[in-house]
Amino acid sequence: MQFTGRCWVYGDDVNTDVIFPGKYTYTLTDVNQFAAHALEDLDPDFAKQVQPGDIIVGGKNFGCGSSREQAAVCLKMCGVPVIIAKSFARIFFRNCINNGVLPIVCPQAVEAIRKGDVITVDLAQSLIRVDSAPSDAETFSFPPLSASVMAIIEAGGLIPMLRRKLGTEHLPMPEIKFAAE
Amino acid sequence: MGKTFAEKALARASGQPETTAGQIVDARPDRVLSHDNTAAIYRLFRQLGVERVKHPERLCITLDHAVPAPTTQHAQNHAEVRRFVREQGVRHFFEVGRGICHQVLSEEALVLPGMTILGSDSHTTHFGWLGAFGAGIGRSEVAALWATGELWLRVPESMRVIVNGSLPPWVTAKDFCLKLIGDLGQDGGLYRSVEFHGDGISRLSLESRMVIPNMMAEFGAKNAYLPPDEAVFAYLEERLQRRLRAAEAQQDAVECAAIESQLATLRSNALYPDADATYAVEYRYELGALEPMVAQPHRVDNVAPISAVKGRPVQQAWLGTCTNGRLEDIAAACDVLRGRRIARTTRLLWNPASSEVLQAALRLGYVATFLEAGGVINAPGCGPCMGNHMGVPAVGEVTISSANRNFRGRMGTREAEIYLASPAVVAASAVAGVIADPREIVG
Repeated sequence: MQFTGRCWVYGDDVNTDVIFPGKYTYTLTDVNQFAAHALEDLDPDFAKQVQPGDIIVGGKNFGCGSSREQAAVCLKMCGVPVIIAKSFARIFFRNCINNGVLPIVCPQAVEAIRKGDVITVDLAQSLIRVDSAPSDAETFSFPPLSASVMAIIEAGGLIPMLRRKLGTEHLPMPEIKFAAE
Repeated sequence: MGKTFAEKALARASGQPETTAGQIVDARPDRVLSHDNTAAIYRLFRQLGVERVKHPERLCITLDHAVPAPTTQHAQNHAEVRRFVREQGVRHFFEVGRGICHQVLSEEALVLPGMTILGSDSHTTHFGWLGAFGAGIGRSEVAALWATGELWLRVPESMRVIVNGSLPPWVTAKDFCLKLIGDLGQDGGLYRSVEFHGDGISRLSLESRMVIPNMMAEFGAKNAYLPPDEAVFAYLEERLQRRLRAAEAQQDAVECAAIESQLATLRSNALYPDADATYAVEYRYELGALEPMVAQPHRVDNVAPISAVKGRPVQQAWLGTCTNGRLEDIAAACDVLRGRRIARTTRLLWNPASSEVLQAALRLGYVATFLEAGGVINAPGCGPCMGNHMGVPAVGEVTISSANRNFRGRMGTREAEIYLASPAVVAASAVAGVIADPREIVG
């Protein structure tokens, strides 16, 4: 698996309230509405300008605070396949994996990457390459994710993986209906 | 080699003789917590193609996050939760107004020493106060637990905090937590099981103990732990007896048998770390050296002593939450408010953590004192904590609150400031109209 994308760079302790505000947690129930509010209280430009494939880069403790899974889902709905950080808060880390978004810990890469840089993340080699580095491309290695985590990512998230495990893959995925609609 | 609390608790939860930090286990939690997010979890559960929850008796569901419903959408969400509860026969369901999940499950003795509880709420660390392993998880993971009863967890490394001494007057467990988080940063306990030991812990009231593991969610901790003592057992025993009498009255033989077995094993099921357990790091704190602390906008680790921030104007002072919405919190606030009025420029709100807290406050005269001082009483529940309703600030306003989070935008608008402090500091600030030291207000 390889991902190439343009980077959005943020600082330390980006919390899930600024990623997906709490006031929306029970009023926005359709995942298709989530992307428009991603990072709303951190960077109002993000949701307007993000392109599918873009990568988010953060400092330490990325995703701290509330357990709300919408914080991971809203970034997924923006088409963000990978988040690179110095460290992740544990519930957000799990929420990313469970929704098929790759959380990669690589402090050296975070130090080197600037907003707008185009980078490639190579999972097979556990390498991040900064393609837009002016002279020759810089590369950084990261600790590979465990086999159990990769199994969830490769299945597309926890729900699809469990459908496989439970033998319910053949059943239609129920269309999610919302009472408020 | 000795074992930490987390290693022992996750060995029990995964049915293994022992576990070691770093190991991945399939844990089978005794309790699975969810709240207003139950309806959203149900939609994920349906995608799994499973009809029935595997262990409905393990589920604990509380409507608390936006109660009573502020909008039709919130009401619809609650209606969906009730439909799920009926359909799956969920026994431990608590309606609007009963209180905040962590407080209610404690009051109902649904979580006991040595148990593991996983919940789709970051403050599930709370249950460390009674020696349980409590950790927050995501919604998909709760759906997975409903379907299969198990979930992978990594056994965390542990850190030990030795707490000695006694709190000075007007200094609280909240001030201790803010001091710890301020010293070590909001990721100071990242991924760790944070164990608290020392005579300072055993001297704290049970309600003060509850504050500590609750606040460890703001420290990055996976779980937290305080060693359960006789005071904890007595609290739980009384409440288990109460539930037993209710179950007997309803001739509910299954529930009676479950509670009787829990009463018989209450003490023997408690887990304590070994003296030679391995800790990644250890810190020591002396409670007698602490003073009232305040977390300033917009970070919980942006902490200063009250002397450095007093005098800043506040338009709203709010008491409540799973951190500081209990009886001793309103009692401390009333010690400041008694015979005083709040400032004309400030409003004072209180959300009791539970209906039980509100009833006790009524009986003890705190409700009268609070109202006479000019306070407003909201329904038991999470209130304005995450910006839903019941006291969200206007653009440019400043709130001082007894809550646990002051992230930008937390209470509804990114253009408002939130200070976090103890209930006494919140009450003193309401009286003064500016951030104030209760020791100076009361004199």
